Amino acid sequence: MRIKCPICGARDRREFYYVGDAMALARPDADADAAVWDDYIHNRDNPAGMTRDLWYHESGCSAWIVVTRSTVTHEISKVELASKVAGKMTGAPV
Amino acid sequence: MRFSGLRVLKEGLTGNKGWKAHWRDPDPKAEYDIIIIGGGGHGLSTAYYLAKNHGLKNIAVLEKGYIGGGNVGRNTTIVRANYFLQGNSEFYSHSMKLWETLEQDLNYNVMLSQRGLINLFHSDGQRDAFARRGNAMINQGDDAVLLDPAGVRKMLPYLDFDNARFPIFGGLYHPRGGTARHDAVAWGYARAADQLGVDIIQNCEVTGIDIENGVVKGVQTSRGAIKSRKVGIVVAGRSGQVAGMAGMRLPIESHVLQAFVTEGLKPIIDHVISFGMGHFYISQSDKGGLVFGGDLDFYATYAQRGNLPMQEHVMEAGMTLMPMIGKARVLRSWGGIMDMTPDGSPIIDKTDTKGLFLNCGWCYGGFKAVPGSGYSFAHLMATDNHHAPAAKFRLDRFRTGVGLMDEEGTGSQHNLH
Repeated sequence: MRIKCPICGARDRREFYYVGDAMALARPDADADAAVWDDYIHNRDNPAGMTRDLWYHESGCSAWIVVTRSTVTHEISKVELASKVAGKMTGAPV
Repeated sequence: MRFSGLRVLKEGLTGNKGWKAHWRDPDPKAEYDIIIIGGGGHGLSTAYYLAKNHGLKNIAVLEKGYIGGGNVGRNTTIVRANYFLQGNSEFYSHSMKLWETLEQDLNYNVMLSQRGLINLFHSDGQRDAFARRGNAMINQGDDAVLLDPAGVRKMLPYLDFDNARFPIFGGLYHPRGGTARHDAVAWGYARAADQLGVDIIQNCEVTGIDIENGVVKGVQTSRGAIKSRKVGIVVAGRSGQVAGMAGMRLPIESHVLQAFVTEGLKPIIDHVISFGMGHFYISQSDKGGLVFGGDLDFYATYAQRGNLPMQEHVMEAGMTLMPMIGKARVLRSWGGIMDMTPDGSPIIDKTDTKGLFLNCGWCYGGFKAVPGSGYSFAHLMATDNHHAPAAKFRLDRFRTGVGLMDEEGTGSQHNLH
């Protein structure tokens, strides 16, 4: 698997660290209800199909990126800088 | 049909013509008292104990594929009871005891081999942690022996003891740990459940769960609608999708775990060896293949195959631990989909829907749990009460934060357990 970093170009998967579902970027308000935080920290849509994950380009430019990817075929259809996606995310990935 | 030495002799002398199919292949009935979704190890053992311990007869196990085709046939066959935390400790202890009487109980040879399991350590700090774990195991009533380097060398002379990065400081030896033939476990439970009247229905995919006013009524399947007042979801890596049919969002992320086997070799590795620092473990099957594996591929996936970086990592770890392994040729590799929870411990619980029960979150430790999981889940489904050894596997522990069981202390990230 190769991931096309928006800054460095296509690189081997081993350069990247998988952080989890990109919903991590949709952090609830600090005073949000406990149920909202429970959902954010623990629960996942866990789709068999398209998903958006958050990766860290650990052995490259250190960028945080959002990868739109199929969990069935591993095909990657989009890679964005997390800094451009954060703030637009509302909970579960689409 | 019971298996016995006499029967094997008789069949051998008469052309093996008397053997029958191990279980029936029934069409689904319109209604059952209990439906188990998922014919893996946990689903089959649940059905068996529902029939055996609770006297229930009208039970169906619905399997999307075929018996033995999922994780129960993809794991590396290790059984052990070496957990540290309360909650896990008593559960795996109970499961281990069930393993020890399983063959007589099922009248089936599951080739249980209590060859002993050794967890290696490589520093003073790790030794202290394993000594503590060993004490917890002994307190639970299980067995543990702390080995010094000479003790490990006596049992595993072929390891690289003076490795520059991971010198071997000793090991925690769990004599009752070992392996069992995973296919036989699935077949044995399926056959025993079938003999108690359970309908095992293969090629039957559940496509919907019927719920009215918060009460489960049955399921929709690729072979038609089936009614039932009690439904258990036991589908491992697919838990998210099936629970989604009931409107639930689970604390589960699905990941692939790979495993490998070499060509058959003469006996060389007598135990199960776990090299935690390298994320590598190995045993030798009775057929002679070295069966080994490592860690998850680390990204969420439903592909039942892995990627090359983790294969490379596993091979490197194997070479680090036992350079002799470099002479063995890998025959095959494969992957199974693991239902990873945020604390690395499983869930056996009721749901908010009356009559709908959930058994999932076994991460990559489900095989050794097969007897205990089915036993406890059957108890919960039959009596509506949690079974003592599994009473802490509650779904609401994530919401409340009470009773989280994070054995490795890696925090709330699904793939790090």
